[in-house]
Amino acid sequence: MIIGSYRVERSTRASRAGFAAMLAVIVALISVPAWAGRAEMRLLIEVSYYLALAQAWNLLAGYAGLVSVGQQAFVGLGCYGFIIATAFLQIPPLVAIPLTVVAVGLIAIPTAFLAFRLRGAHFAIGTWVLAEVLRLIFTLVQAFGAGTGMSLPIHVVLDISENRVIRELILYYVSVAIGIATVLLVFLWLRSREGLALTAIRDSEAASGSVGINQQRTKLTVYLIAALIAGLVGALVVLEKLRITPDAAFSVTDWSANVIFIVIIGGIGSVEGPIVGTLVFFVLRSLLADYGAWYLITLGAIAIIVMLKAPRGVWGLIGSRYDVHLFPVQRRVRLNLD
Amino acid sequence: MYWINTIIQGALVGGLYALFATGLSLMFGVMRIINLAHGDFIVLSAYLAVVVINCIGVNPLVALAVVVPLMFGVGYLLQRGLLNFTMGSDILPPLLVTFGLSVVIQNVLLELFSADSRRLQLPWLETASVRIGDQLAIGLMPTSVFVVAVIVIGGIEFMLYRTDLGRAFRATSDDPDTARLYGVNNRNIYALATAIALAVVSIAGVLFGIRTIFDPTIGPARLLYAFEVVIIGGLGSLWGTLAGGIILGVAQAIGAAFDPSWDTLAGHVVFLVVLLFRPRGLFPKTFDP
Repeated sequence: MIIGSYRVERSTRASRAGFAAMLAVIVALISVPAWAGRAEMRLLIEVSYYLALAQAWNLLAGYAGLVSVGQQAFVGLGCYGFIIATAFLQIPPLVAIPLTVVAVGLIAIPTAFLAFRLRGAHFAIGTWVLAEVLRLIFTLVQAFGAGTGMSLPIHVVLDISENRVIRELILYYVSVAIGIATVLLVFLWLRSREGLALTAIRDSEAASGSVGINQQRTKLTVYLIAALIAGLVGALVVLEKLRITPDAAFSVTDWSANVIFIVIIGGIGSVEGPIVGTLVFFVLRSLLADYGAWYLITLGAIAIIVMLKAPRGVWGLIGSRYDVHLFPVQRRVRLNLD
Repeated sequence: MYWINTIIQGALVGGLYALFATGLSLMFGVMRIINLAHGDFIVLSAYLAVVVINCIGVNPLVALAVVVPLMFGVGYLLQRGLLNFTMGSDILPPLLVTFGLSVVIQNVLLELFSADSRRLQLPWLETASVRIGDQLAIGLMPTSVFVVAVIVIGGIEFMLYRTDLGRAFRATSDDPDTARLYGVNNRNIYALATAIALAVVSIAGVLFGIRTIFDPTIGPARLLYAFEVVIIGGLGSLWGTLAGGIILGVAQAIGAAFDPSWDTLAGHVVFLVVLLFRPRGLFPKTFDP
């Protein structure tokens, strides 16, 4: 058989349908304030930042092989960075958010220098130590209320808008935009040249090195991007909770355990996985809300079972069975057979 | 004299930290996995001792006779029933499964025993001390813990380098496939390694429970201490681990002498300094690429 011609495809029927569905979801999210209550909006804010954190951790562990248990370091820095910028430096809150993100990025660089001295499993626990060090430092600073924490001064909140409804609208749209933007950013990045390198590292670290991919540089980029996303989420968390303590800002349960479980259950190593995982997480949380510690026990047990029985998570099961990809990052060669 | 006292107390606590680290080091050495639930197994052992003491009314040291074999069994079953399925070139499965276990153990303990702090009572021994001069007193309990740590580490060292089991551990660690050709049952060897690791952990956990108060949430912090001790001491060296424990204990004691809230932070800082200047630890014995 002579291969006459071929074409390279990226989108499939499923991905076009998926994009249409996603547009519909975005339109729905924009319309939410018009018909839903405050509780629903708060829930969606939380969904948005967990989605952003999950995408970030998926890039780290799912693609770059950097299994971090220390993302709470950057969420916490984002929390405190935002408080310092607004309450102490009197910077307007909406300007303070990007400034905080830049500051977190600058602090992340020296931590990368330390963490990257440890490999594999040691890296995981090293990042955890770094996060603990930051938590302990903030428990010592009297200006931020030491271990008991501090509240966001009321003038910062009023600075966004004097009107509560408008304030909640702004916070809602900013959060949802960040959630969606993170997904799109990861998707577009994975389709780029850099993303191809990252996907190659995911599939085989040794082979990717042999085709000339600079692994250290790619990994460092992922580490920094994940830190920036976590810092951004930190700033949002303060705006939403209006109060911060070192234990909450640097919580390993909130910012690492939950996020890790989301990615594992949803499906590690794909763009869709963290989205599915976030949905599963919030459904489980509402079902188990009245059972205290049993909620985390269930979540942990499910994550263990998924890791053992379906290492590619819920999305992996769906994706491998039906060959559905909502976010096409791979290329397919199709032969034009007459 | 104050500083000598501080350093001696710190060094004695270091024995306990070395004991924390020994189990972690053994599992990493044989199987290349880091057990993120390590700290929670320390706490679990202390709670098992609470149950044994409540049920049959013995003192904590006698409870060891029940807790150690129990944790040995838990370790064996844990490895055979769960962790063996995560072994392979990918580091993700063992890390995430043990991380999940950590969360599960912590919250099960929280449900069963509440968040209240506990302590294992050991009258007389926990307060007895030997006076040396008029300003220095060395507690009998911390000294005994240190001696136990040295004996346990010596025992593990002997087991690794002088027995058939130890040879099988080292062979499996070096090359699991070749070890199998020589008739070593890897799955069983791995299970025995985890069993011994958790038996050591249980000794550490009970001694820890006698020394300080504990609650279900303090496991992860002990995991971090254990890890820091392993890295400070250098991979693959058990006596290095003892030295690492002493260094961490002394660092924390000196930090606490300046301000009680600085103890943990001082230990972390010493770890980061070692990581910065001697990333392979102070007494490395193996090279792990």
